[in-house]
Amino acid sequence: MVHFKRALQDIRSHRFLNALTVLTIATAILLFGAFSLFFINISDLMNAWKQGIRVMVYLQPDLPESKRTQLQQRIASMNAVGEVRFISAEQALQRLREQMKRQRSLLDDLKTNPLPDAFEIRTSDAARSAKAIEALASDLETLESVTEVEYGQKWLGRFSGIFQLFRATGYGLGGLFFVAAVFIVANTTRLVLYSRQEEIGIMRLVGATDGFIRAPFYFQGLIQGAVGGLLGLSALWVLYIFAATQVRHGFTVGAIDVRFLPLSAVVAILGCSMLVGWLGSFLCLRQFLKEA
Amino acid sequence: MSPDPGASEALIRLFHVHKRYAAKQALSDLTLEIRENEFVFITGPSGAGKTTLLKLLYLGETLSAGQVIIDGMNLARISRNRIPQLRRQFGIIFQDYKLIASKTVYENIALVLEAAGEKPRWLQKKVNSVLRAVGMEDRNASYPPSLSGGEQQRVAVARAIVGQPKIIVADEPTGSLDEESAGVIMTLLKKFHSTGGTLLVATHDMELIRRNDARVIHLDRGRLQPAPPL
Ligand SMILES: Nc1ncnc2c1ncn2[C@@H]1O[C@H](COP(=O)(O)OP(=O)(O)OP(=O)(O)O)[C@@H](O)[C@H]1O
Ligand SMILES: [Mg+2]
Repeated sequence: MVHFKRALQDIRSHRFLNALTVLTIATAILLFGAFSLFFINISDLMNAWKQGIRVMVYLQPDLPESKRTQLQQRIASMNAVGEVRFISAEQALQRLREQMKRQRSLLDDLKTNPLPDAFEIRTSDAARSAKAIEALASDLETLESVTEVEYGQKWLGRFSGIFQLFRATGYGLGGLFFVAAVFIVANTTRLVLYSRQEEIGIMRLVGATDGFIRAPFYFQGLIQGAVGGLLGLSALWVLYIFAATQVRHGFTVGAIDVRFLPLSAVVAILGCSMLVGWLGSFLCLRQFLKEA
Repeated sequence: MSPDPGASEALIRLFHVHKRYAAKQALSDLTLEIRENEFVFITGPSGAGKTTLLKLLYLGETLSAGQVIIDGMNLARISRNRIPQLRRQFGIIFQDYKLIASKTVYENIALVLEAAGEKPRWLQKKVNSVLRAVGMEDRNASYPPSLSGGEQQRVAVARAIVGQPKIIVADEPTGSLDEESAGVIMTLLKKFHSTGGTLLVATHDMELIRRNDARVIHLDRGRLQPAPPL
């Protein structure tokens, strides 16, 4: 590991330049990682939506039981519907009580139950698109005895298009960060090379091959990439912890669950980061040793 | 008198060599041979082409015309990736030392062996042994700029011999040294010669030449001269 040792010596003797390079890589990784994190969590949300969303169908009060079962069967037979469950006004009130533990006294004062009876519908695979959901909703609305149809994640459907656009932008920016980082590593390597031109000349004269001269620079690039990547990912982790607590406080429990990048993505990003370091050195050295 | 290439067993052969820098003809029509284990002085006034001649041997410069053959290798046809191999046949002592200022004495010398792919186990032994030979073992952790001229020259000698080269080329190895330091350096170089090495020393110190029994190649304005009376 002679070359690795030489690389560490080089890094020590050019601390400032190396720190600068590492910070640049770290920033690129942080930005790229933040984007990835955002997409992964949005994707989760989109997938949850695709796996079936909850549609509430509110019924006229005092609907006779026979009519209600008929209606339930009718709804269950619809293509886009997976599962139908009846939720009586009492059950609904009970649920509300559980959700509003602290303000329960407010509900205790109620003389009559203001909530309607309802069906809770889980959509089937046939309701994967925003259009299908909308069609189902309007079909349900035309049914007799139905007063209102509601589905909470309505906004997600509209968001879907924007999400695609965002994703394309994310890929574009990721590519841009990559190129910029490679360029910056190449430039710092160039500065180090020029500051050591005399030394490299001497090494050549005492019989060092180009490979021997190059090797520590490759290691240097890989180390810069690894350290920069780890730094960027650590910063991302800190940001994530902060953002996740904010999100969990902001939404009702269980509504949105955020998660960090999966291990495979972390490894991939780190690999990319090291590739950036190596590629930067490679491009610079190829040019430099030809000139010299 | 003029040898044709490919005939004799000389280690170094120059055949009608010309070297021209942009505007300056530095060497003209040089033909000579140096056998293995010869001790040769190259002398002549400043600007005669001594340094240039030495540089041509290890491809520190490329020749403009003619042929240089080192140990059977024709330098005009050597491929770029075999140049390091050629240079490892040489121990080079430069007029301006050319030690790496940011590396310690030890690292400067170890570099030669590292570049040649020496095993770490032997490396340390060999470096320490040449440091002892030049009397610099207690300065192994010093940086070259903190050494005197004579000390730097001794490190340069140590670096030249550590790789066990066939040939040492020394450019004014005693030029800027006092008599005692110069004596130490010449003793080290002669020891290399006496153990079978081929030694080429460029100098314009006639006193040095007179004191040593060696072949003298005299250059003037880039041309070979008959040796003048000492
Ligand atoms: N890189 C170069 N570019 C242009 N001209 C050069 C170069 N190197 C040497 N010369 C010229 O070639 C001639 C021979 O130079 P060289 O250094 O070989 O002389 P020298 O005999 O070693 O002199 P000195 O005794 O002063 O060291 C000189 O006139 C010098 O100016
Ligand atoms: Mg000279």
